Parts: sequence; structure tokens; C-alpha cells
Amino acid sequence: MNQPIMWYASRATGLIALVLFTVAVVFGVLENGRFTSTRWPRFVVAAVHRNVSLLAVAFLAVHIGTSIIDPFAGIGWLDAIIPFGSIYHPFWLGLGAVATDLTVAIMVTSLMRPRVNARLWRAVHWTSYACWPLAVIHGIGTGPADFQLGWVMVLNGACVLAVIVALGWRVGVTHPDTEARAAGGPQC
Amino acid sequence: MAVTDSDQVLRVNPIACHAHGLCAELLPELVDLDEWGYPVLAGGVRGTVPAPLVPQAKAAVAACPTLALRLTYPGRVS
Amino acid sequence: MLNRPAQPSPAWTSPPLAPTTGPRLLAGWVETARPADLAAHIARYGPLPAVGPELIATVHAAGLRGRGGAWFPTGTKLTAVAAGRRRAVVVGNGAEGEPASHKDHALLTVAPHLVLDGMVLAATAVGADEAILCVHRGDPLAVTVRAAIGQRAGDPVPVRLVETPVRFVASEESALVNFLNTGEARPTDRPPRAYERGVRGRPTLVDNVETLANVALIARYGADWFRATGTPDAPGTMLVTVGGAVVRPGVREMPLGTTVATALGVGGGLAEPAGAVLVGGFGGTWLPLPAANDARLAPGELPLGVGILLALPARACGLATTTRIMRYLAGESAMQCGPCMFGLAAIVGDLEALTMGGPTLDRLRHRLGMVNGRGACAHPNGAVRLAASALTAFADDVAAHAAGRPCAGVGVESGIRVPAGGMGLGWR
Repeated sequence: MNQPIMWYASRATGLIALVLFTVAVVFGVLENGRFTSTRWPRFVVAAVHRNVSLLAVAFLAVHIGTSIIDPFAGIGWLDAIIPFGSIYHPFWLGLGAVATDLTVAIMVTSLMRPRVNARLWRAVHWTSYACWPLAVIHGIGTGPADFQLGWVMVLNGACVLAVIVALGWRVGVTHPDTEARAAGGPQC
Repeated sequence: MAVTDSDQVLRVNPIACHAHGLCAELLPELVDLDEWGYPVLAGGVRGTVPAPLVPQAKAAVAACPTLALRLTYPGRVS
Repeated sequence: MLNRPAQPSPAWTSPPLAPTTGPRLLAGWVETARPADLAAHIARYGPLPAVGPELIATVHAAGLRGRGGAWFPTGTKLTAVAAGRRRAVVVGNGAEGEPASHKDHALLTVAPHLVLDGMVLAATAVGADEAILCVHRGDPLAVTVRAAIGQRAGDPVPVRLVETPVRFVASEESALVNFLNTGEARPTDRPPRAYERGVRGRPTLVDNVETLANVALIARYGADWFRATGTPDAPGTMLVTVGGAVVRPGVREMPLGTTVATALGVGGGLAEPAGAVLVGGFGGTWLPLPAANDARLAPGELPLGVGILLALPARACGLATTTRIMRYLAGESAMQCGPCMFGLAAIVGDLEALTMGGPTLDRLRHRLGMVNGRGACAHPNGAVRLAASALTAFADDVAAHAAGRPCAGVGVESGIRVPAGGMGLGWR
């Protein structure tokens, strides 16, 4: 095994996965907030969210695979899903394992959506708000050397900023249907 | 040119529908929105879907964020 | 322990045959002016008949239709519930959500054992092991019904009493089932219907208490007796709450097919000239008088609904009265479906403006068409029916209002009591 290539591939796909998951979260927030415009109808926002999420999972799989194949850090298959047991940065890597577990749950429940109980799907999907920060922190914690690089810092900063801006927008959004149901009816 | 009807009908679960409106975007031929944003199905509550539109109807059903839209057979609708 | 004597009871060898004319459900009340306890009930109608699933065929032959407003053939419903694979449940609907209706309350007060008999008989017919009678929470009726249940012993399926929230839609079939399942008395989407999957997922028979009381009589006297009055399509008697501008308002029993004029006469006749009559209650239909005098109270011939007949004084404004009722109905929406929550409120706004003399008639008509049939339950349909029938029955007055000339009757007391209802009340 050519060590450096596996190692670089692992770090690179990790960063790409982070960017893709950030886009997925942002588009999920936009969809939930009923964002729409002439160039971005609702169904497009929904489709981007779904497709980017799946692409992100694909890159996550490569990221995990290359980390395990590469013998340098001694990361085993189980370390990908059972957190805090690895030799290499057990805590920071473990956060990644937790994020992976949540991601798998979110993906499986969403792919099986019509057959999954609605409340269960919603509860699992909400864990994405825990999952994404875990991924960010995992990235920073497992790659202290990389984080010294300017462009890596900027990339992480941009991802965090994007989610914060999206959430800020979302909090300010209301819709008559949501308000009416919460109030027990429109206040006529 | 006559368009054949499929056997299937579109149905909205009015309680689950929260007026997201993706169905009207994806199936404007059969779904209109009332003044409050809720779907009005062509052909009334039990509108039959013409055969050429069934794939679009399936896309609309899959796109609904609350799974309020259903494509079903009339016999199964009470 | 079955209520089946080994020897015929010494007082009589077969149950006394009820007369084919005259009151049937209210026979005891009419004769004695006292609610019937168990002893009086048995003396008049005989003990609980020992019949099982064969009762379903008898009810079919009798042509009994549900008296909860839908007039659905009871035999068909019994068959559907009995055909379910799991053990059935029987629910007696005495939770009279319609404020203008008092018939179920009256029946449960004066002849509770007819209703209870009907529930037990229906339960054994469909193979149910549970029978639940629903009445409104906080109603003194609950006390008397509980006492009546307490008097009984040896019912094959014991009846238990459940008290429901006092809301208009809480007595709707799916809302009752939802309340029994989850504690929330709001309608649910169909399918599945209650007869397929209801209380705890089991086939559930939901019948109005008046329907069940008729089952109790059919079990004793048979299908031919039942058909001796009423119409061929809708045999038997019905309980009607006669009210509004009549001399003696109250609950009366009359054969199906009775004309509106006769029914009003049974209520003592009109107390003053009446312009219209409201049939079926708040979710019902306005019929103009005197044109409706010869209309027959039968489900095929009128949009009958629940047995209610309210006379509107000619000097009152039908539009204003309708607006008041619609405001109540909008407030009683379960607030689950967009077209109902937003549509009814918007319709009320249009009606209020129209009553005051505004030009909202066209938009009102459009919205009525937009809202009808688009809720999970029939609540918006009833509201639309009421408003649409008002536009027809009071057409001349409506035209004047729409042209900016509201009538003088707007402020006149209509005699139709509309509760406040709505916002702030719960569903549990």
C-alpha cells in the first residue's frame, strides 16, 4: 500500500464530505423553511438536498474506507462505527464515528420513508443538527496539522458560516399553516 | 387525440397536508393551489390520473415533505 | 350469565306487542311521563331477547337506517363489522355534539334501557366483547345513565360509560374512535373506516343511540313490525327536536315521511309567521316556508341529516342567523385541515360583510365551492351546506343585502340559540 496516497485521499475526501454535508444541511434548512424563488422552485431545493446528501454519504464511505485501508494510523473497521476505541485520536475520531452512526440512521429512515413511522423519521432527521457539528469538530480534532493550513481554516469557517446564516434565516420564517396549527387554529 | 386514463387516483390526506406546494409544482396539469396554498385535485377528491401523467404523479407523491399525497386505486379509497 | 329464563316469566308468555302506530321509543314516556327504570322497561318491552348473529339479517330486512345523520343502512354496517377478522367493539354514540339536537339526551333520559339493550344485542350480533356508551363530559345525563347501567346484571357484554369532550365534531365517528384510542377527540383521515379498524385496531360499530334503541325493538318485534310505519325506503319512526318559533318546542317521535307542516304541528304549530325552517341542525339545510310545508321528512326526499326542525320567524334575518351559526361552526373546526381552518374563517368574514350590506357574495360563492369536500371529515361540508342553502332559501333578502340594503331583521332575536363554542376549549 502506498501510504501517503491513502492518507491524503482520506483527508481530502473527509474535507469534501464536510463541504457536501454542509450543503445538504443548508438545503435541508431551506426546504424546511419553505424557501422558494423563480430559479429555485421547492422541488428543486428538495431534490438538491436529497441528492447532495447521498453524494456526501458516498464520499464519507470513501473517507472511512481509505482511513481504514491505510495502515499508518491503525484505524480498524469497527472504529468507524463504534466510537472512542481507536488508537489514533480516540476522542476526535470517535466523534466521527458517532456522526457516521447518525448519518446511517438518517439515510436509512429517509430511503424507507413511506414505510417508516412519521414521528420516528422526524426524530432521527432532527439528529442532523447534532451530526453536522460533530463532523466539523471531528475534522478539526483529527487533523491538527491540516488545520494550520490557511485554506483548510477558511473552508471550515465558510461551512460553519453557511449553516449559521441558513439557521438565522430559518428562525425568522413563519407560515400561516404552522402558526394556525400551533395556535389550534387561525386567529380570525 | 384521446388520452387513456390509468386506473389510479390521486388522494390528499388533508390533515397531513401543510401546504408545501411541491405537488402543484411537479403536477400542474392535475394539481392547483387554492388561495391558502392547499392542493385542489382535478377531477375532485377522486380524480383519475391519465396514463401519461402517472410517472409525474409518482414524482409528486415522492416529493411531498409530509407524505400527504397518495396514488392509489379507487377500490382502496373508502 | 345470559339473561335467559328457563321458564317463561309468570307475568306474560311472550313480550307484549308494541302498537304499530304511535310512539315506539318514547312509548313509556308518553304514557307515564316518567323515565323508565329497568323494571318498568321490562314490564313494557319484555326482557333482553336471546338472539345472536341472526339479528343482523332481521335488521337488514327491517331496513333500519342510522339515525345519527347519515341514514346509512344499519344492516350493512353490522355485516361489515361482523365480517372483520378481529373481535369487534360496539360504540354507542350519545355524545350529541349538535347544539340544536336534544333527541339523544331525551332518549337516554327516558328510555336508557332500550339503548343499552340495543348495544348488548348489537355486540352479540357482531361478535364484540366490548360495548362503550359515549356521552358528554359534565352532563348530568352521565349520572342517570350510570345508574341505569348499574341496575343491569347478566348482560352478555357489559356496557361501560365514557365521557367525551363537549365539542361539535367530537361526536363524529372517527373522532370518537380517536378519543377512545388516544384521548384526543379530533377526526382522523379515512381510510381506514371504523368498521375496518377502529378502537385499538379492531372492527368497530359506531351507531347513534336512537339507532341502537330501534335495534332493541326490532329484536323483539321483528322486521315486519318495524316496517309498519315510515316509508318503504326509510321505515320506522324518528326522534325530532322541534324548536325555534313553535309553541311547544321539544323532542317528538314521528314516523319517517311526516311532512314538515305536520311536524311543526306536533310541536304545537308555529308561534308566529315563519319564513323558513332549518332541517338537520347547524350543518343542515334551510328550506323556505310555506313551500316546504309538504316536504316529507325522509332521507331520500330531503337532505334530512339529524332529526331537527327549527322554525325561523319571518321578522328575523336568515342571513344574520346563518352568519351566527357559521361563526360557531368555524370555531368548532378541529383545525387540522387547511381548507376547513382557513376556509370557514374566510367564509364567516364574507358572511359578516354581506350581512352588514357588503359586496362579498361572489367571493363567498366561490369559497363555498372551494371548501366543500376538502376536509378529512364532513364538518366543512355541513357548514357549506348551511351557507349555500341560506343563499337559496333567502335569495331575495340576500340580493338586497348584497346591493347594500341590509334588512331590518338583522338585529331581531331568531329564537335559535347558538353557543359561543370554539377557541380555548380543548380536545381531550
